[in-house]
Amino acid sequence: MTDETKAQLEEAIVNLIKEFTNRKRFKPGDIVKEMEMKFSASGITKDDIKIAIRDLTDSGRLIYGYAGGSFLSLPE
Amino acid sequence: MSKKYQTPLLDELKKGKWPSFVTEIERAAEKSEMTDDLLGQVEQSYKERMGHWKHGGMVGVKGYGGGIVGRFSDLPEKYPGVKEFHTIRINQPSGFFYTSDILRKIVDIGDKHASSLYNFHGSTGDIQMLGVKTSELETIFQQLVSFGFDLGGSGSALRTPSCCVGMARCEFANYDAMNICYNITQAFQDEMHRPIFNYKFKFKFSGCGNDCTASIARADLSVIGTWKDNIRIDQDMVKEYAKKMNLHKYVTSKCPTKCMSYGETGLKIDDSNCSKCMHCINVMPKALRPGVKGGATILLGSKAPMVSGPRLSMVLVPFYDVAEDAKNGYQWFRDLIGKIWEFWDEYGVSRERVGELIQRVGIGNFLEAIGLEPLPEMVSSPRGNPFVLYEDYVEVDGEQG
Ligand code: HEM
Ligand code: HEM
Ligand code: SF4
Ligand code: SF4
Repeated sequence: MTDETKAQLEEAIVNLIKEFTNRKRFKPGDIVKEMEMKFSASGITKDDIKIAIRDLTDSGRLIYGYAGGSFLSLPE
Repeated sequence: MSKKYQTPLLDELKKGKWPSFVTEIERAAEKSEMTDDLLGQVEQSYKERMGHWKHGGMVGVKGYGGGIVGRFSDLPEKYPGVKEFHTIRINQPSGFFYTSDILRKIVDIGDKHASSLYNFHGSTGDIQMLGVKTSELETIFQQLVSFGFDLGGSGSALRTPSCCVGMARCEFANYDAMNICYNITQAFQDEMHRPIFNYKFKFKFSGCGNDCTASIARADLSVIGTWKDNIRIDQDMVKEYAKKMNLHKYVTSKCPTKCMSYGETGLKIDDSNCSKCMHCINVMPKALRPGVKGGATILLGSKAPMVSGPRLSMVLVPFYDVAEDAKNGYQWFRDLIGKIWEFWDEYGVSRERVGELIQRVGIGNFLEAIGLEPLPEMVSSPRGNPFVLYEDYVEVDGEQG
């Protein structure tokens, strides 16, 4: 995965969560499935998406929450 | 210190000869203001027969999706001390061994930044530091990390693997439970700290059938020590036991498979019918010992929910040569786990434990997907179930199924 696709992937994840703020709670597994579909043409793997989620949470752009299951959200 | 609340119901729980959590909470309240409010709220709960805790929420430390269990009071105006009363799960060392020095360091953190209440150890394995405010989480986490500790698991993730004291203290251990537990914990750090599963997943490692971690009931994947060869018998010691107790009453008649007898010629065991239940060894530990070809049985699928009833694990791999796999960094075991998780990820639905998934899709489909041959041992009680069909496996080796 090039740095450019990685940046696009991370943007897409953040945007998806932003778009559905207060409407849908995305579990990390949901994100993986959504992104696999969206980026199917660019050969992105499950592991790439997991790494993107890790980088986003490590940098604090996304945080985890819990409500009967773990989900990802924007920091308050 | 004068009591902030009158707690007649809790006071009842201080009576009697057993240790009382109320007494301990009162002692902790001498050091922590928030803990007084805990007593008040719990008394009210007992009076109303209703809990006042809310779960979940956005509590955690940066980068981690687990390790903090969020607890909030639903009466924060009345009991401000427990407005936020989170639990930090701290990954325990294998077998729960500590130096007194490190224990003091941990409790000093809790005395300064939390309620001074701990749980050593719940059945999750972790040390639980109770009563932490959201604002204190990051500080406590950083201090724990500076002593070499890390958070345990919570949420839809791998939960902190745990094991019995195993070979460190117990002569019954058939494999090194502490070593595999440590290794697996290190290998799956991402799965523990970054929840991505459908639901929780627990490993527990017990060195023998006594199953001190209660893995058969409480782990999605249980690894329980067993042996392949014969029980080691010291006939002279058996005679010593026979002088003191009725071997028939307490040992042979209680053997679940009735594979032992005691008479003139000493104790006889038909090891081919022994289920390695540990009963006889527990009763006569000086006379009997597990065999020398130790390993483990791998079981899958238990859970212990309070609402819908428990499930026990079923056998997945009758004999796993742990020591052999250890030479290779437990690669075989890790690959097996990988395949199980892949299947669960692909076919499981949200909040479905792996055991429930197998029940839903059928054991045959599951075994095919993870590449294991079906074996008679996989059925919990083959002779009690007329619906077990061996398909074409009977023909393969031409034997009676
Ligand atoms: C009368 C009150 C309570 C009852 C009946 C109760 C019941 C239970 C039970 C049955 C478990 C499972 C235990 C295990 O698997 O080892 C549990 C676990 C737990 N409870 Fe409670 N609980 C109570 C109050 C609380 C309070 C006040 C807190 C914190 C504010 C709390 C936090 C926890 C945590 C963090 C666990 C997980 C422990 C573990 O997995 O080892 N509970 N509780
Ligand atoms: C709603 C209707 C029925 C229910 C709930 C029912 C339930 C059961 C159950 C629980 C068993 C025991 C299975 C076992 O051995 O584990 C059984 C056995 C049996 N049932 Fe039924 N049954 C029903 C209708 C019928 C009908 C209509 C027939 C015959 C026309 C029948 C014939 C038999 C026979 C012969 C056995 C013994 C099978 C064996 O032991 O191999 N059943 N049934
Ligand atoms: S499970 Fe067995 S080996 Fe482990 S501590 Fe208990 S008795 Fe000993
Ligand atoms: S271990 Fe259990 S099954 Fe085996 S001989 Fe002893 S009592 Fe019987």
